[in-house]
Amino acid sequence: MTRAFADLHLQVSPKSQQATQRLINRATKFGYSVISIPLVSGKLRDELVKLRITCSEAGLDLVSRADFHPRTQNELTHFLRKFRRQFEVICVNCDSKEVARQAAKDRRVDLLSFSSLDYRKRFFDRSEAELASCSLAALEVDVKPLLVLAGPPRVRLLASLRREVAIASEYGVPLVVSSGVAEEHLMRTPRDMASLAFLFGLDQASALDATSTNPLAIVKRNREKLRGHFVAPGISIIKEGETL
Amino acid sequence: MKRIKRRYIALQLECEALPTGHEVTDAIWSAVTKLYGEVGASLSGLTLINFDMEHKEVVIRVSLASLGTVRASLATITNIGSRTSAVHVLAVSGTLKALHATVS
Repeated sequence: MTRAFADLHLQVSPKSQQATQRLINRATKFGYSVISIPLVSGKLRDELVKLRITCSEAGLDLVSRADFHPRTQNELTHFLRKFRRQFEVICVNCDSKEVARQAAKDRRVDLLSFSSLDYRKRFFDRSEAELASCSLAALEVDVKPLLVLAGPPRVRLLASLRREVAIASEYGVPLVVSSGVAEEHLMRTPRDMASLAFLFGLDQASALDATSTNPLAIVKRNREKLRGHFVAPGISIIKEGETL
Repeated sequence: MKRIKRRYIALQLECEALPTGHEVTDAIWSAVTKLYGEVGASLSGLTLINFDMEHKEVVIRVSLASLGTVRASLATITNIGSRTSAVHVLAVSGTLKALHATVS
């Protein structure tokens, strides 16, 4: 059976239609079946509808995604309460340890993302991994910094990623490899993305899972929950009886 | 002496202007050297086999042991001859015959 591939982080502004169209066409050509473009707030719902139509014309499945940059724990919980049921994937960019810990604990968070440029702001350590393994959060790694950085910053990033990937696999935290690109020429085929994961210590099977099985599992789980028939994991409403 | 196992990789270049074969080889060597150093690059056994200018397709040969390192290095190429470019792997095979069959 052939794998279905997903890129959950195409960083394009939905307002620039031409660029978006080009990236969507490129994603189809490269063999992706699911893509996601982060939307900042609920104001862009019209844009989301337009994007869905464009993607379905190109034979792609668009996943709605929101990225948050909360400064405090309260801000994070506020965001989650407000937006969790509006988006299929929620990613939290952790700029402080406090936020990182809360995001790892919260079952409403799907993806944990850390700064690629400042290695001191990468808070994915053993405690973080233990919390994430008890909830449903996965660690997201963007490949864009590996393509645009050079020299010492890339060396530091690779060292951090290698350590984090080892910790994640030790604690069973799923890994999602996304592109994080806005430019066409930086887009890579799913297998090339998986081969980039080789640089931070993932074997071939795990790297392919990080671009296909793991992101698709998140999307499937959340779509199930958002359908309205969901009660708890493993329990859903099949049919409603008549009231007596 | 143990026989060295090799793999052939077919690549698709993506660039506006057409680079020369020399520029392509330089870009690949440079990417491998940047990531794995001169010792790592020397172990890769990298050789340019064919460059189809019309279709912008390149065939290179590497040692099987360094296939992963070369594939990762190829994905990091963003410039060929100071022009914005990308390199995508089309197929990997143990023989040129099978490689051409897969690509076509």
